[in-house]
Amino acid sequence: MSSDRQPTTRRAAGEKSSERASEFTTVSGYPIRGLYSAENLSGWDPDRDLGLPGAPPYTRGIHPAMYRSRLWTMRQFAGFGSAEDTNKRFRYLLSQGQAGLSVAFDLPTLMGYDSDHSHAEGEVGKCGVAISSLADMEALFDQIPVGNVSTSMTINSPAAILWAMYLAVAEDQGVDWKHLAGTLQNDILKEYIAQKEFIYPPKPSMRLVIDTIEFGARYTPRFNPISISGYHIREAGSTAIQELAFTLRDGIEYVEWGIRRGLAVDDFAPALSFFFNAHNDFFEEIAKYRAARRIWYKTMTERFGVKLARSSALRFHAQTAGCSLTAQQPYNNVVRTALQALAAVMGGAQSLHTNSLDEAWALPTEFAATLALRTQQILAHETGVANTADPLGGAYFVETLTNEMEDASWKYIRKIDEMGGMIAAIERGYPQREIADASYRYQVSVDRKEKIIVGVNDFTGEESPIDILRIDESVRAQQAEQLRKLRSERSSEEVARQLAALRKAAQGTENLMPHIYAAVKAYATLGEICDSLREVFGTHEEASIT
Amino acid sequence: MSDKRIRVLIAKPGLDGHDRGAKIIARALRDAGMEVIYTGLRQTPEMIASAAVQEDVDVIGLSILSGAHNTLVPRLLDLLKQKGMSDVTVLLGGTIPEADIAGLKKAGVAEIFLPGTSTQNIVDFVRERAARK
Repeated sequence: MSSDRQPTTRRAAGEKSSERASEFTTVSGYPIRGLYSAENLSGWDPDRDLGLPGAPPYTRGIHPAMYRSRLWTMRQFAGFGSAEDTNKRFRYLLSQGQAGLSVAFDLPTLMGYDSDHSHAEGEVGKCGVAISSLADMEALFDQIPVGNVSTSMTINSPAAILWAMYLAVAEDQGVDWKHLAGTLQNDILKEYIAQKEFIYPPKPSMRLVIDTIEFGARYTPRFNPISISGYHIREAGSTAIQELAFTLRDGIEYVEWGIRRGLAVDDFAPALSFFFNAHNDFFEEIAKYRAARRIWYKTMTERFGVKLARSSALRFHAQTAGCSLTAQQPYNNVVRTALQALAAVMGGAQSLHTNSLDEAWALPTEFAATLALRTQQILAHETGVANTADPLGGAYFVETLTNEMEDASWKYIRKIDEMGGMIAAIERGYPQREIADASYRYQVSVDRKEKIIVGVNDFTGEESPIDILRIDESVRAQQAEQLRKLRSERSSEEVARQLAALRKAAQGTENLMPHIYAAVKAYATLGEICDSLREVFGTHEEASIT
Repeated sequence: MSDKRIRVLIAKPGLDGHDRGAKIIARALRDAGMEVIYTGLRQTPEMIASAAVQEDVDVIGLSILSGAHNTLVPRLLDLLKQKGMSDVTVLLGGTIPEADIAGLKKAGVAEIFLPGTSTQNIVDFVRERAARK
């Protein structure tokens, strides 16, 4: 059930079709015509609909000179094992030309459990770095000056707590928070929709998000307190249009909650950032990013009446599609990633992560991670695509697709508005059902070989195993010992006092960031802080939709 | 030919929240005429073993993309043995390194389905196993 239109291919009457298939669709199943021309753009007004880069409606990009003035930030997601292990990888990547850091946390950390919790067994350090306390965060940034390098943290339910730890590290390093640059993912709505790393129910979770946005607006103007994400929605199997529409509708929900908190929209809107997938279908992705900018511009000016230009200029990070990586013939993934990265760059991304060839098997080896970074560097310095803004602007195909994706997105946005907003839509399972249906449709098309995946359902061959990264099972024991030591060395009275104050504040409406910060500084652990909030907020269970 | 439908439990052990594959397999098996129960996310081995007994399933399909399989799967197999459910066919899918496959099969996993497996292969495997019993 999609709101995509069904265009037809123009053909002279009586002419026999000589095409390879009866229809050609994007990876999302969106039909593509054989040729696009001016007649597809009747009613299109370049001044109104295209504009210039760095000017409304931002279709062509959010800066006038785009990559001529500054390249996108090469920001590779990394994290595994202990803080010491990840610190080494961070310093290696920085030495190889990476411009910004991006932290991957392990599942226990993502779910607000200390490494020694029973639910953490087998999981510590496997999907990312284990961070159970400020001590771990300090080790993570050892020899890394956080005042000079921006850091993105992929953390959602416990984002406020990990952010407090990062802020404490900054304070300790003598960095003024006003100069601190970085991003917190902190997008809880997409957790209920797709990534599923929720702890608390929606309303208290939204309260925590708005607390961080409010705190950030006041104390950390250069830090993005949220990265409103479509990446995970797409990874869960949505179409490109669903990714676009659900992400922007999530954005609308956060803006509404911010306004309800009493914040002036221009005080927090400039710091909202976005995160999109860079999937296989080259032109669909480019059109998606361009449509995103135009939709957000219209939304922020027309729906929310923003006055500042920065409040309506959509900034985004992109990551190449993890779900497109194959376990078979893994070196093919280098090619996929390069082409996906090219789409992100031609679509005007501000920041980019490129996946490693081995990620269908494990976290990246140093070799694979280096090659992924080199992919971006080759793109930036050898292909010429960074020489001009919005190189595909004016192309009949790209402009038509941009228009069509925008139109289709508005339909979804209106539908969710009519349901009472995104939280209401989530409660009735609407985006989850759309995604489950889209992902099943895609799998059926792959099983039927209507969609070819090279090396998997066609062009298969003899497989030879590759070297992969193994995480030592000893990380958990190491962490457990460090936690035991931490608990014996800190002031347990101070921790108890701070947790009690936090629980009390959580029952009211005040901003929790100062309390979380104080608890973190007293070396209360992540688990202890999250459990205190579990006591007050409760936990969330989803009604599964298959 | 028995007209008793094959009963399958699809489970997500551990903290891993990636449920795209598990949900697709659940739907594909359902479409193929089987009775499918999906446990939902974040199930402990204890919860899965209890569900398997309660639902009296023939097959358990585990989906693990977190790297925790060498801890969670043997624990589940142990519990199934304790509960007298050793004849249940246990299948595994997800992010499973090549080097771990032999050990998991030795522990009792009937088959491991790597990324890229077609749903038809899984349907056929389950049917073939059920016919053997």
